[in-house]
Amino acid sequence: MIDINQKIAISPAYRFQWEEAQQCYVLLYPEGMIQLNFSAGEILKYCVIPEQSVATVLQSIQQAFPEIVDIRSDVFAFLEVAHKNGWITLTE
Amino acid sequence: MAGLPSPNKPLWLLAELTYACPLQCPYCSNPLDFAQQKTELDTEAWLKVLREARALGATQLGFSGGEPTTRPDLEILIAEARKMGYYTNLITSGVGLKPERIAAFKAAGLDHIQVSFQASSAELNDYLAGTTAFEHKQAIAREVKKQGYPMVLCFVLHRQNTDNIAEILDLAENLGADYVELATTQYYGWALVNRDQLLPTREQLQRAEPIAHAYQEKLKGKMKIYYVVPDYYEGRPKACMNGWGNIFLTSAPDGTALPCHSARELPNLTFPNVQEHSLKWIWEESPAFQHFRGDEWMKEPCRTCPEKAKDFGGCRCQAYLLTGDATNADPVCSLSPHHETIVAAINQANPDLPSKALIFRNPKNSKQFSKI
Repeated sequence: MIDINQKIAISPAYRFQWEEAQQCYVLLYPEGMIQLNFSAGEILKYCVIPEQSVATVLQSIQQAFPEIVDIRSDVFAFLEVAHKNGWITLTE
Repeated sequence: MAGLPSPNKPLWLLAELTYACPLQCPYCSNPLDFAQQKTELDTEAWLKVLREARALGATQLGFSGGEPTTRPDLEILIAEARKMGYYTNLITSGVGLKPERIAAFKAAGLDHIQVSFQASSAELNDYLAGTTAFEHKQAIAREVKKQGYPMVLCFVLHRQNTDNIAEILDLAENLGADYVELATTQYYGWALVNRDQLLPTREQLQRAEPIAHAYQEKLKGKMKIYYVVPDYYEGRPKACMNGWGNIFLTSAPDGTALPCHSARELPNLTFPNVQEHSLKWIWEESPAFQHFRGDEWMKEPCRTCPEKAKDFGGCRCQAYLLTGDATNADPVCSLSPHHETIVAAINQANPDLPSKALIFRNPKNSKQFSKI
């Protein structure tokens, strides 16, 4: 379970970057690449900012997309998947 | 993992910087006549290739060879590639590498080092490598880990080491590998010459496969193990290179652009050189890269096969080398009218038959092949 007070970061095993030729964000790892859809890219973009808590990330995204009601639960669900896949790290 | 990358972008650039190598592995993917090919692109020419491939959408860059660390300009190439936004992979035997250079690569921005091993024991490793290397390789693997790189170990499997799969995976775990690639020998070039001595038996694979799967389960979340059964025993071909000219582009040391590192073996195709053409033209328009794109070139049984979009008819090099015609179905497919060549090879690769000596990949043997 993710605690919203935990600090969130992209895992050092991956590199997160925008790919101009593909017009999407990607996660790069040894000899491989995960292409991220729009939502995943937008969410992980906020995880790059250092020393951010999960709560702050949720808040920033809600502010960026005020028209989407209860975006937080979707973002939270994605972060759980991202954590399970080892894309992000969570620390106290 | 997410689905396949978008089609028609060369996402993977393999830079074969040199054919020079201190090892003599008898399954090497370099051409048999490598000793005749001494030309190497200079630093500026490689940087042009890197820039052009990046502009076409390449994200993964492999520095390979030969032994790429024999190039004194490797640090420059890494630093520039990293600035361009590549994920940079160094594919090395570790032989000749020192901790200081590993640190210099790190400072230049290298993302990942893959260290290849030949076997899990010094005796077999050094026999296959044709040189004393095992102890040094372990030291280098530990150093790679210590310096904070993701560590990928690669073991090429064949008859001589398949029975040691548990020891191989124990060694990898002991060295702290994050990923282990149990690569199956691909029978082109040197490996095809040595196929009778290298092709594992069906019994060996039946023993090895459950062991590999058990380790995958046991080390889940700690060490990722890639294991595939050799295509000779699969009944269906591999989706070679994810399709010809689909995501993969390699440049040989002399700048010859290839859709895969074995493609030079194919007849009647002229592969363009990166010094004479733009990579954009090579990738998008050159006849060689167009040649086996799509399925227009296919013959039966591939043409009407429901699986053609999945495996693209298999490997063009294997089709040519084993049937004499690169437009045939890859004969590893049980539906291929030439499948008996694979059955014969399996029967011929019988450890009970008198064994021939392995032919090692070295300049002397290479020159012999060039004379033929």
